[in-house]
Amino acid sequence: MSEALLQVEHLTMRFGGLVAIDDVSFLAKRREITAIIGPNGAGKTTVFNCLTGFYKPTVGRLSFHRPDGALYLEQMDDFRIAQAGVARTFQNIRLFPMMTVLENLIVAQHNRLMRASAYTFAGIFGLKRYRDAEAEAVAKARTWLERVGLVAEADWLAGNLPYGAQRRLEIARAMCGDPLLLCLDEPAAGLNPRESADLNALLKSVRDDFGIGILLIEHDMSVVMGISDHIVVLDYGRKIADGPPDAVKRDQNVIRAYLGEEESAPLPPEVAADIAEGRR
Amino acid sequence: MLADTTPLAKSGRWAEALRDAGLAALVMLGLLVLIVGVQTVDGEGGLTANFRFDWVLIFCGAVFAGRLAAKLGAGDAIGRALAKPVGGAVGAFSAYSKQIVWLGLGFAAAMPFMPFADRYVVDVATAMLIYVMLGWGLNIVVGLAGLLDLGYVAFYAVGAYSYAMFAKAFGLSFWECLPLAGAMAATFGVLLGFPVLRLRGDYLAIVTLGFGEIIRIVLINWYTVTGGPNGISGIPRPTLFGMPFTASPPEGTTSVHEFFGIDFDPNHRIIYLYFVILALALVVNFFTNRARRLPLGRAWEALREDEIACRALGINPTNTKLSAFAVGAMFGGFAGAFFSTRQGFISPESFTFFESAVVLAIVVLGGMGSQIGVVIAAFVLIVVPELFREFADYRMLAFGLGMVLIMIWRPRGLIAHREPTIRLHPPQGNGR
Repeated sequence: MSEALLQVEHLTMRFGGLVAIDDVSFLAKRREITAIIGPNGAGKTTVFNCLTGFYKPTVGRLSFHRPDGALYLEQMDDFRIAQAGVARTFQNIRLFPMMTVLENLIVAQHNRLMRASAYTFAGIFGLKRYRDAEAEAVAKARTWLERVGLVAEADWLAGNLPYGAQRRLEIARAMCGDPLLLCLDEPAAGLNPRESADLNALLKSVRDDFGIGILLIEHDMSVVMGISDHIVVLDYGRKIADGPPDAVKRDQNVIRAYLGEEESAPLPPEVAADIAEGRR
Repeated sequence: MLADTTPLAKSGRWAEALRDAGLAALVMLGLLVLIVGVQTVDGEGGLTANFRFDWVLIFCGAVFAGRLAAKLGAGDAIGRALAKPVGGAVGAFSAYSKQIVWLGLGFAAAMPFMPFADRYVVDVATAMLIYVMLGWGLNIVVGLAGLLDLGYVAFYAVGAYSYAMFAKAFGLSFWECLPLAGAMAATFGVLLGFPVLRLRGDYLAIVTLGFGEIIRIVLINWYTVTGGPNGISGIPRPTLFGMPFTASPPEGTTSVHEFFGIDFDPNHRIIYLYFVILALALVVNFFTNRARRLPLGRAWEALREDEIACRALGINPTNTKLSAFAVGAMFGGFAGAFFSTRQGFISPESFTFFESAVVLAIVVLGGMGSQIGVVIAAFVLIVVPELFREFADYRMLAFGLGMVLIMIWRPRGLIAHREPTIRLHPPQGNGR
């Protein structure tokens, strides 16, 4: 059985009077793909933003279990969370468009290279230690370029890549930092069916080869049902279902959230009165 | 485009152009009839009016003709005709940039010994190199890190005053003071950096602008320390290993011409200063070129591209921004110390917002992040106005016109090409 990687407990996020997330708890495990789904505006991206430190949650505990102990993400700065091993991608792709594909992947290994260059002081004189570290970083970037099929485009500006390739590059960039948990915000958005299938294969290989946990927000059900080990369903900021794909698919709450109430559900009395009087 | 060739469309176009030009001329008439048409003259027995309606007619006619030409596409035609050679020159420039850089360096090193190089030429070249150095320093902040800094002159001032005060108070030499001036400026860079960490774009520009003014106003008003508007005079001149460039050195020292056994020539100091600023500028250039290939420089560029993505990759935005401010300020401080020792006299008047604007214009015109672009832009903005001194009245007009034209045809600066800091495949063809 795989062990817990991220434990979310009673996560609540309020923006003024608006409750974006209301008391959500779930567990993401190592070597598993956990999908967060839900209708538009259900609060999925807000959960991500809380996890990665872009928002400070109003209430809740986010325990991130590293091999050397647990960290409480709700207390940490966003870049410290990233350093601790939570990588993310964005719904609207955020590459460094005027830098090349390879440079994007090298920037992702910033902290290790920064130490190797002795915070620039050794690097300025081109010491061997730094040159070795950089060669290593390039080698790692190359293996990721091979995985996502972008070796030939390595020296292109990232902004000139086609859309699907930008999505893959963003995942490769997130993985270059050796994360323990990879958070993907709608990685299949805008991809054609073939690209979606390739994405499924990529995510499965990442999970199996690196033994990390993947947290996924997705609308594309072929991706969600095809690769998720575990699904959390949100609606209006509340968790309405949680379990393996087959169970979630049959869950009445989930069907209602996606397809709406059944016909037989009673209408609010004032609406019923309006209809009776022929005003609607 | 096809429709333009049919006679009907052509006549319609003429009619519209005529109407538009007429309207423009009418607006001009309304504007000018009082402003230009009636001139008040301080005559005997009070103010009298002098009518110049012929001028108004000339202006309106010029506007009519110009508007008509612009409407009929003459402007585009001229633009295309000019853009081609300019674009071609820039393209050729990118292709041979390495050779051109070495050629330029060789020229810079040999320049003071060439027959045409009199005192005036070397002085202008030194002034240009100061701006090149400032441009390269600001390029780190604006071009690489993408932090729009309108108060760069503040660090230049801090460096200049630091040198003047350290040298006068403690009798330190130029080379001892240089690192101190750089350190002082870097400290001020960090001081400015802290409050503006969360700002970007226009807001950052406004705050840095204010910072530049604060420094200048403090320099004016802190009379006891900075000498106020009178500035500081008698700043020690630079020495070569402690040897002064004077005809009659003070007791116990040897002057440079005595040491080398040559005749005294006041130009020696000018040439020495030229080489000092050349060396300083090259140090800045070397640092920037190296830093671009280091994680720090790449983080600067990444921060310019997308700060949120940087945070998501674990890059500490605070440290990255502060380091850019500090390094940029340090180079500004070096340039300030040099300025101080070259002039021998400094006052707050040398550190107005105009200086910041010129340095920023050099960076933007050159092409953000481009090192060679800064040199070309410094030449265009510092040396070319010097060459056209006879047309002093129209210099600023030409300056503005040049800026507008460059922004129309090369909106991303003269040298907009960015060389990748690392490649997986060797470059092929035109380096795409």
